[in-house]
Amino acid sequence: MKPPPFEYHSPSTVEEACALLGSLEDAKVLAGGQSLVPLLNFRLARPSHLVDINRIPGLDAIYERDGGVAVQALARQAGVEDSELVARVCPLLTAAVRLVAHRVIRNRGTVCGSLAHADPASELPAVLLALGGHVIARSARGDRVIEAGTFFRGVFETALEPDELLVEAWFSASPGPFAILEESRRHGDFALAGVVRAADRLALFGVAPTPVLADPADPARGLRPSGDLEATPEFRLHLVRTLTDRAFAA
Amino acid sequence: MKVNGFVHPAQRDPRRLLSDHLRHDLGLTGTHVGCEHGVCGCCTVLFDGAPVRSCLMLAVQAEGHEVSTVEGLAVLGAPLHPVQQAFHECHGLQCGFCTPGFVMSVVGLLAQHPNPTREQIEEGISGNLCRCTGYASIRRAVQRASELSQQTPSPLRGEGWGKGR
Repeated sequence: MKPPPFEYHSPSTVEEACALLGSLEDAKVLAGGQSLVPLLNFRLARPSHLVDINRIPGLDAIYERDGGVAVQALARQAGVEDSELVARVCPLLTAAVRLVAHRVIRNRGTVCGSLAHADPASELPAVLLALGGHVIARSARGDRVIEAGTFFRGVFETALEPDELLVEAWFSASPGPFAILEESRRHGDFALAGVVRAADRLALFGVAPTPVLADPADPARGLRPSGDLEATPEFRLHLVRTLTDRAFAA
Repeated sequence: MKVNGFVHPAQRDPRRLLSDHLRHDLGLTGTHVGCEHGVCGCCTVLFDGAPVRSCLMLAVQAEGHEVSTVEGLAVLGAPLHPVQQAFHECHGLQCGFCTPGFVMSVVGLLAQHPNPTREQIEEGISGNLCRCTGYASIRRAVQRASELSQQTPSPLRGEGWGKGR
């Protein structure tokens, strides 16, 4: 397999990357590539331009900000997994990132990339939503803070504009009781359904086009999950109820 | 790009995957290609010391970096790398297709956890598929590799692990 033809760009500053995104038609940002490159290999994605941000220095910080943790665009999932700061301030994020694929994938994959990719079955978007976090989108027009509640728009769809680069994600501290539980066919697979508890807030993933907030007392209300070879809609609803019970039992 | 310590000219075609570059352009066919979408783990190599999927990287992205493949673990005629020796001793392979990927993942695992627990071993090899279902022997091989690595210091151990990539 071979990706379809594209023009490759490797900017060395964020400004340069934003200028490219602002001027190129049909460009995709390449960060960790653990979701984008398979899509290219399968030719499910055929962008005309790839803007590889991996050679931008100083974009991989994980730092404390406003009582939470900020994770920059090139911070690898493995780095977040091993971060003592994240474990101390936002242990929910540490627990969640361990459920993302396998360590070898996490060595390359980025947290911000998972958010921008917005796979409905992915853990990190639901964590951002449960914690009431936000992302910072940068473009030549300036910075824009987008709250988690308005960031996820649909399946693989976010509020990012074509000229914007997601430069940072911010997760609030998770000092209270927290849990992330999911059910998948094999370890490391995408979840059939999953729940994230952050104190008294509950977010679900794998059961709607985007992660959704739900009422812990009646988590399946209003949900209409899809069915596929791996799970029927009824089974997904059952998982939501059971996993929510377990998350709040602790 | 440096591969197994040797500098190679840059790949110009941005569409070339790192896995294909290693195999077709550099002739390093020890890196196997299975699923080409990051699931099977056969194409695992070390990128600046940490295991990654070479089918999920473009060769141009490796420019200026260090890549280690299974060929770099032991030169011809020299003793095997402790992880290879352990797979040999514990029958950690049958057909051998998945083996280079497992070996490179385990080299990465032992660099991170020199004395891995059972859970760490299972997590460490969970991203590699073996269709001969040799997982029990592979698990034993990882334990043995951990013992052997502590007797024989390996040049690859710990190199660049966890540093910014």
